[in-house]
Amino acid sequence: MSNVVILADFVGGVASKSTVEIATAGAGIGEVTALVLAPVGQGAQYANSITQGPIAKIIVVESNDFALHGVAAVADVVSQVINEIKPGVVLFVSHAFGKEVAGRVAMKTGSGIITDAVDISPDGTTTQLVFGGSTTVHSKVTSELSIITVRPNTIAANFVEVNPTQEVKSFEVSPSAKKATTTSSLPPVKGGRPELTEANIVVSGGRGTNGDFSVVEAFADSLGAAVGASRAATDAGWYPHSHQVGQTGKTVSPALYVACGISGAIQHRAGMQTSKLIAVINKDPEAPLFELADFGVVGDLFTVLAGATEGIQARKA
Amino acid sequence: MVDGLLDRANVDAVLNDLDEYAVEEALRIVEAHGGNEEGGPNTVTVISMGPERATEAVRKALSMGANAAVLVSDPALAGADAVVTASVLSQLISQGSYDIVICGTESTDARMSVVPAMISEKLEWAQLTFASKVEVDVAAQKASITRTTEAGVDEMSAQWPVVISVVEKINEPRYPSFKGIMAAKKKTIDVVGLATLGTVPTSSWSTVIDSAPRPARAAGVVITDDGSASQKFVDFLVEKKLI
Repeated sequence: MSNVVILADFVGGVASKSTVEIATAGAGIGEVTALVLAPVGQGAQYANSITQGPIAKIIVVESNDFALHGVAAVADVVSQVINEIKPGVVLFVSHAFGKEVAGRVAMKTGSGIITDAVDISPDGTTTQLVFGGSTTVHSKVTSELSIITVRPNTIAANFVEVNPTQEVKSFEVSPSAKKATTTSSLPPVKGGRPELTEANIVVSGGRGTNGDFSVVEAFADSLGAAVGASRAATDAGWYPHSHQVGQTGKTVSPALYVACGISGAIQHRAGMQTSKLIAVINKDPEAPLFELADFGVVGDLFTVLAGATEGIQARKA
Repeated sequence: MVDGLLDRANVDAVLNDLDEYAVEEALRIVEAHGGNEEGGPNTVTVISMGPERATEAVRKALSMGANAAVLVSDPALAGADAVVTASVLSQLISQGSYDIVICGTESTDARMSVVPAMISEKLEWAQLTFASKVEVDVAAQKASITRTTEAGVDEMSAQWPVVISVVEKINEPRYPSFKGIMAAKKKTIDVVGLATLGTVPTSSWSTVIDSAPRPARAAGVVITDDGSASQKFVDFLVEKKLI
């Protein structure tokens, strides 16, 4: 049994659901140590926010270089921790930041890397979905240390309550990892909705909305869902590019994906076809996305969504 | 002296859309900060790794206006993983005299989006990735970017040499002109094997055990709205325990 290190993921200084997911993936392999990298003076606060997930131990390292020098500084310290405690597997969250850190750590430690795993078996074999989710691939890292990034929302998280032991360690960021400097930093614009890639339900609008996302947003809010958009909608300027689902946008795999007025080009499918359930609303009965639908409605999306929003609110009342 | 260098990590026979953004950005930097004459001091070199058929894709970049191209092609590199790809490209880059490496962010499956960071690590050059905007200050030998990811929007800067990756939408890639296409036919693509590069790892630290198409999704229910679709949709959500 290998020891596992996870790089704990935080949103606004609080451990994210993805942290619990990678801990769950790691616990199948061995004992999980969560590495918490925090600004100076905030290590305890960050570590204390880890209350769920099968995590045995927390190592805290504080440095303001993490925010100042970004990916390179984080990868540098993660590699130093690895050299000290010699785990067999290190897990990261598969977002841009997590993947880049993982890539640098793999280079630095001379290890193999697998990105975007959707499952990991106890022997370290990973499952990936490639070619837009149409093909399943099983792979394994063959070096002594395995570096694996895990796609959010694909592992059934074990939300067991925990109170892991905490240890504060001190590491210096190497000069070679301080070459790029962050001069300003703005958090993503949030509309109070969940993060697209982490949401349990995603409601997306396309060309059929004609630029009016109000019913899509109202329906999403009634379900506590994130809002996505097709490339046609973001290219038209109807919705921000950061919400684009598809090959050149975000890849989502929520429990439910609701596509409203989206015909379903292959590029869009690539971003959503691993969703557990898919609902499709479109005026055009020939829309290719109906082929993927668990539940489809040929009809006017404004009427159907407005009615469904009312129906959901009535159930809550 | 500005040497732009474009790295195409993931080679298809067709120039990947995202790489066109990288070519365009490299051309713009060179055009804004110096001459663009053949063999001159301010050049864009396209580098790539892949089978020899990839020369056609590289030629597209040349027809857009890149000055030179190097393609690493070696049977030993078939099935190379991200570590090998990054190591080989780093070795090639270190043998040139480049200041700025510009990469596309990812290929169709996002599997190589880690390569720019890995090249930066290997070369110990500054990493400026996921750029939605790039600015170059020649006098200060500095590059600044706007990094746009799901984590927010950061401004980052670094002294050359730097590895930059650009996101889609950073620019509007130009179409090759007829003149560009004709000129590209005369440019040579330098195809090199691993022997030229010296020692680089060629065995991958990750292996594919098997792959299989995913089973098709079971057919679902599709209804035509007769006024009851909203209620049926809510019933579906209830049945699936989503509300």
